Amino acid sequence: MRQLTYAQAIREAHAQLLREDSRVFICGQGVWNPWYAGKSLLDLDKEFGRDRVLDCPVSENATTAAGIGAAIAGMRPIVFHARMDFMLLAVDPIINQAANWSYLFGGQGSVPIVIRCVINRGGEQGAQHSQALHGLFTHVPGLKVVMPSTPYDAKGLLIASVRDRNPVLYIDDRWLYDDSGDVPEETYEVPIGKAAVRRQGKDVTLAATSFMAAEAIQAVETLAGLGVDVELIDLRTVKPWDRDLVFSSVGKTGRLVIADAAWHSGGVAADVAATVTGELFHALKAPILRVCLPDAPAPTSAVLERAYFIGPGDIVAAVQKVLH
Amino acid sequence: MYDDRTWAMELLTGLYRTMLLIRLTEERIAALIEAKEIKTPCHLCIGQEAIAAGVCAALDGQDSIWGGHRSHGHYLAKGGDLNGLLAEILGKTTGCSTGRGGSMHLIDTAVGVMGTVPLVGATIPLAAGAAWASKLRGDGRVAVAFFGDGATEEGHFHESLNLASLYRLPVLFVCENNFYSTHMPLAERRPKDNIVQSADLHGMPGVRVDGNDVMEVYESARAAVKRARDGQGPTLLECRTYRWRGHVGPAWDLDVGEQRRRELEEWLPKDPLPRLRRRIVEAGGRLDEFDTMEQEVRADIEAAVRFARDSPTPDPSELLQHVYGPRG
Repeated sequence: MRQLTYAQAIREAHAQLLREDSRVFICGQGVWNPWYAGKSLLDLDKEFGRDRVLDCPVSENATTAAGIGAAIAGMRPIVFHARMDFMLLAVDPIINQAANWSYLFGGQGSVPIVIRCVINRGGEQGAQHSQALHGLFTHVPGLKVVMPSTPYDAKGLLIASVRDRNPVLYIDDRWLYDDSGDVPEETYEVPIGKAAVRRQGKDVTLAATSFMAAEAIQAVETLAGLGVDVELIDLRTVKPWDRDLVFSSVGKTGRLVIADAAWHSGGVAADVAATVTGELFHALKAPILRVCLPDAPAPTSAVLERAYFIGPGDIVAAVQKVLH
Repeated sequence: MYDDRTWAMELLTGLYRTMLLIRLTEERIAALIEAKEIKTPCHLCIGQEAIAAGVCAALDGQDSIWGGHRSHGHYLAKGGDLNGLLAEILGKTTGCSTGRGGSMHLIDTAVGVMGTVPLVGATIPLAAGAAWASKLRGDGRVAVAFFGDGATEEGHFHESLNLASLYRLPVLFVCENNFYSTHMPLAERRPKDNIVQSADLHGMPGVRVDGNDVMEVYESARAAVKRARDGQGPTLLECRTYRWRGHVGPAWDLDVGEQRRRELEEWLPKDPLPRLRRRIVEAGGRLDEFDTMEQEVRADIEAAVRFARDSPTPDPSELLQHVYGPRG
């Protein structure tokens, strides 16, 4: 099959959505500039015009909220935040407005918006250029949160998100932009709320998100060499996450490790661990372990960064721990 | 079809009827709060009716309005269903938001009431977004954001004015300056009484309006709507008025001090309803027609109260419905 990079797959999804649906438009800071968006939005303004592909003023709040207003009025906007950290200035419209809108008007007002943001860390960028904040948003009823880890899912989840009639936070990771993989040329949807089994195994279930799902491939190979048979699940959607698939896998293996490159406390990994414990306590053969970032802001100095960020080695260590 | 005189009279009596509907509905709601039949916090707009009535009279049915916590009047002026308002405030399943919204979350999309929310000024950018949608579609619709003077201290007010002006969006920013944000007077919140100047800073016309003169509001809104529809972008209207009752609930708040008492003495004679009534009489309107109108409006309100009281409350089994919309 044809190979695209993760960034190219995102760009192709945008282009096809702009082509197939006149209600779709893109707005946000840096939309016209690869310095912000990498190749993920490259030249879309030239192809579709700057009325539908807008590089906006430095107003995260108004840009996001105006997108929400346009969505309520029948459009299908994609609001772009080149760094998730900066999107915090738009939390009121995302949580108070978009997430609540359907419920507080008794289902009369849907908000079919995609709020796309990028996790962009490392490179000594420091605390306010590095945060993976999906856990804040998975707390909120009314939102959906997706985190693709492969080029195939990056395209299919963006298409599914734009076609969904609810507000969807689409979070991509800059560290994945150059990864290549099979991507069909036609449009297709990866269903929101469905995880994917990347490798079948019988000893331990490893549930991972986004960049950690990509890192887990290497960890699982290392573990296979050590005779450990890991079942790897890429959650793909972190709200609502795929309980059925995780439950059935843990029911089989009796062991669970969750890898999520966000803070340890109160996040997606904590929710998965607590939920599985509540539902499958008697099937568990070992405590559930989380592989997450330490509860500290991201440092800058490369030495500290190496100590802070997690990778395949941390996953291998956690899996070995639940086996012994 | 009409000569100017007839048209003017129809417009005037229509505006009066809208203001009367708002005034009497708010007074009825105040009585129901005092009787403890209404529990949801209600922010009454008594004294400010001319702004909702005047602006909405300048709009077409397809145009949208977006409001805040004090928006019963906006909802009614745009033609929102009276039964749906009363039922919502009483928490009934027939309410405009099915009993999930209350007084501060009103909607009637059939007549262009797109939503009201209490986060201060939160619908200012939403209205700009609806106008953005209209511009992209070329559908000629205009969006209106209603908000108070407090909202002009929020960052998203300034961000939205900039965005709307930059993209020439067909939107009206209608500030109802009643000189209070909850308990805080304007003079203690900003160094100058200069809200209207925000328009100039963001490259759009700003008009300071006597918000208790419904004809002045109507004429200003009509000019702004025309400008928006002609593709010339947004306008800021600062409509100066006064909140008769407290921030929330029916109390007159006379206990808060001498300043409040003096202000009420100044503002009560500026009541927008008698002002328009005098104008109608001067234009040849008959007094007995006011009586008939008032009886009709009161009958509609009582029917809505009965409808609300007789309606069922939501079933707890429906608690989790509508967290997500369709396909969700």
